[in-house]
Amino acid sequence: MSSKQQMCGGEALVKSLECAGVEVMFGLPGGAILPVYDPIIDSSIRHILVRHEQGAGHMAEGYAHATGRPGVVMVTSGPAATNVVTPLCDAFLDSVPVVCITGQVPYAAIGTDAFQECDTTGITMAVTKHNFLVTEAQDIPRTIRAAFHIATTGRPGPVLVDIPKDIVDPVNPRSAMTWYEATDADMDLPGYNPVTRGDPELVRAAAEMISEAQRPVLYVGGGVLKSRAAEALLELAELVRIPVVTTLMARGAFPDSHELCLGMPGMHGNFTAVTAMQRSDLLISLGARFDDRVTGRLDGFAPDAKIIHVDIDPAELGKVRRVDVGIQGDCRLVIEDLAAAVRERGGRAAQADRRAWRSTISGWQEKFPLVYEQSEVGEKLKPQYVLEELRDNNPADTIVTSGVGQHQMYASQYWCFDHPYTWINSGGLGTMGFSIPAAIGAKVGKPDRRVWAVDGDGCFQMTAQELVTASVEDVPIKVALMNNSYLGMVRQWQEMFYDERFSEVYLSEQTPDYVKWSEAMGCVGIRVESPEEVAPAITKANEINDRPVVVEFRTDPRENVFPMVPAGKSNSELVVDPSQQGLQR
Amino acid sequence: MSGPDTFHTIVTTVENKPGVLARVSGLFARRGFNIESLAVAPTDDERFSRITFTVDVESAPLEQVVKQLNKLINVVEIRELPPDGCVSRELMLVTVAADAQHRRELMELIDDWRAYVLAENTERMMLSFSARTARLDEFEECLRPFGIVELQRTGRVALPALD
Repeated sequence: MSSKQQMCGGEALVKSLECAGVEVMFGLPGGAILPVYDPIIDSSIRHILVRHEQGAGHMAEGYAHATGRPGVVMVTSGPAATNVVTPLCDAFLDSVPVVCITGQVPYAAIGTDAFQECDTTGITMAVTKHNFLVTEAQDIPRTIRAAFHIATTGRPGPVLVDIPKDIVDPVNPRSAMTWYEATDADMDLPGYNPVTRGDPELVRAAAEMISEAQRPVLYVGGGVLKSRAAEALLELAELVRIPVVTTLMARGAFPDSHELCLGMPGMHGNFTAVTAMQRSDLLISLGARFDDRVTGRLDGFAPDAKIIHVDIDPAELGKVRRVDVGIQGDCRLVIEDLAAAVRERGGRAAQADRRAWRSTISGWQEKFPLVYEQSEVGEKLKPQYVLEELRDNNPADTIVTSGVGQHQMYASQYWCFDHPYTWINSGGLGTMGFSIPAAIGAKVGKPDRRVWAVDGDGCFQMTAQELVTASVEDVPIKVALMNNSYLGMVRQWQEMFYDERFSEVYLSEQTPDYVKWSEAMGCVGIRVESPEEVAPAITKANEINDRPVVVEFRTDPRENVFPMVPAGKSNSELVVDPSQQGLQR
Repeated sequence: MSGPDTFHTIVTTVENKPGVLARVSGLFARRGFNIESLAVAPTDDERFSRITFTVDVESAPLEQVVKQLNKLINVVEIRELPPDGCVSRELMLVTVAADAQHRRELMELIDDWRAYVLAENTERMMLSFSARTARLDEFEECLRPFGIVELQRTGRVALPALD
C-alpha cells in the first residue's frame, strides 16, 4: 500500500483510531456521524452499540480505569453530544483518559441551527481537558494523534474531537485527503509540555521532612493509580514504615490487608484514617487533591501537619492547602526518587522513632473498627452484611464498580481492596448510574476478570438500559442491586440534618419489579430477602457466565453510613456509629 | 477616575487559532471575575497571538486562574505584570463636538495633551490619544464639557519595565 494513498476522511478517521491502538470503542450512530460508521464495518476495532450515549461515556471510563488505556466513544451530533457531557465531566473530574469523537453538521452549516446541531466544542469546553473542531479532512490523522496524546499524558483527562459531516462523507469532495500516519512531529502543541520528573532539590527536602516526622501519614490519591505507581508506593511505605490512607479514588493503590494500610479517609472514612490525618505532623500527599470530602472544614483540617504535595498538575499544588514542599511530577517517578533520596539519607535506620505513633494508631483501630448491627429475624438485610458476603465470596482480583450514594460508601468501606485497578467509581462528579456502564466497560477491557457492579435502586433506574447492551454484546457482568427503595444518602441527610423530614426520597418498594425487568433485558434476575439467602445467591450468580446477572438485595432503608463528618464540620467532629459514641473522647 | 493602579495585568501568548479567546476568557467567567480590559493581536510570529488582560481581583484567587490558564493546551506562555513593574499604554479614539465657539479652546487642550486630530468637520473633531490608562481617564474628563459624541478605547497593552 502506498504511503500517499488517497482516502476519504471517514476512512482516515477509523484508520487513525487503529493507528492509536484502539481495540474497542463504545458508541451509537446517527445522521452526522453516519459516514464514519461505514468504514467501521471493515475495521479491526470492536464497536459496542450502547442504548444511550451517556452509557457509552461511562463504559469508556470503566474500560480506561480497568486497563489503563484510553476509552474511546463515538456518537453523533446534537442530542448525542449533549448526552455525553455528563460522562465527559465525570472523566474530567476523575482524570480519566477518554477520547470522544462526535459527529457535527457539515462545516458550512455550522451556526445555522441545522438539524441536530449544537455547539459541541463550546458546550464541552469546560468539561474536557481539550477539544478540537476539525475543519479539513487532511487534519484528521494529526488531530486524532494529538487527542490521544493529550488524553493520556500529563494529568489524564477527556478529549473531544468534533468532526463535521462533509469532511468524512465520501460523496463530498471536502472529504478527500492524502493518508499519512501522524507522528508526534505532526501534532503542533507548543503550549503542552507536561513535567514528569520532580525537582531533585525538592525531593531531597521532602525526604528530610519524612525522616524527621514523628506522626506522618501517606495520603494517597488517584494520581498514584494513574501513574501506575502502586508498586513504587508499596516499596516507599515499607521503607519508611509510614501508615497509608487511600482516598475514594485510590482504593486498591495500597493493599487494604497490609499492616500499614489505614483505609479510606474523608466524610465516610473510618475513624483511624480520618483521625491519623487529623493528628499528623506531616501529610505526604501523592496524587491527591485535598478534596472537600477528604478535608472537611478546611480551617480545621490536620492543623499541625506540614504538607508535602506531589502532583503532575502544578495547579493542584497549594490550590486548597498551603504546601511546605510542592513537587510537580509524575507520582511514580517522584515516589521512586523519594525512596532513593530516603535511602541516601540512611534509609529506615535514619527515620525518626515512630513507635508511639504506630501504637496510637493501632489503639484507634482496635477501639473504632467499622461496625454495624446484624439484622434481626424478619428484618430487612443490612447492606454492610451483603458487602461482606460479596467480598468473602469473590476472588481478590474481582473488579468492583459502584454508583453513587450509600452503597458506594459501603462498598468502599467493606470491600478489601488488595489490588490496584479493582475499584472503579465516580468520585469527583458523583454521577448516579455510573456503575452498570462502567462495569460493562471494565469487563470488555478485562474479559477474564469477574466484574461486580454494586448499585443502588436510584442509580439502577438511571442507566439500567445498558444491561440490554451487556446481554446483546455478550458482556456477562454481575450487578448487586442494593434496593432499599430510597434515595438512601439523601434520606440519611434528611434524617440527620433536616429533622427526619423526608422530602422526595422514597422511590417504591415493589415498582419496578427488578427481577422481571432484569429478565426482560436478557439477564438472570435473583431476589434476596434474608441473610441466609445472600451467600447462595452470590454463588449462583458467580456460576452464570453466559449472560449478565442482577441480584436484588432488599436492604434496610433505616441503615445509615457511619462514620460521618457532617458537611461544614471539621474532621475532628467525626460522628462514629451510635454503638461507639460513648468511646469517643 | 484616576487613582492608584491596582489592576493586575496578565499577558498571555496563545496559539493563533479559533476559539482560544473563548477558552481563556471562560476561565475568568467561571469564577465570576470581570475582565476590566482586554487586548488581542497577533505577535511578531503570526502563529501566536498575545492576549493582555487587566483584572481587579485579589492575588490569591488570581494565582489559581493563572495556574488554570497555564493548563490550557493553546496557552504557550503567561506573564503577570505588577503595576509598578511594567509600562502600559492604551489607545482612545474619540469624536467630540467642536463648534466655532469652542474650537480654539479645544485645540489648546489637544496641544497640551499631545493628542492627534484624525479628522474634522465644522461641528466635530475625531481625536486619537494614547497614554497610560489613568491619563486616558483624565483626558476623557477634560473632553466631557465639550460634548463627547462617541468614544472607544482599546484596553491596555503592556511590556515589562526595563531595569
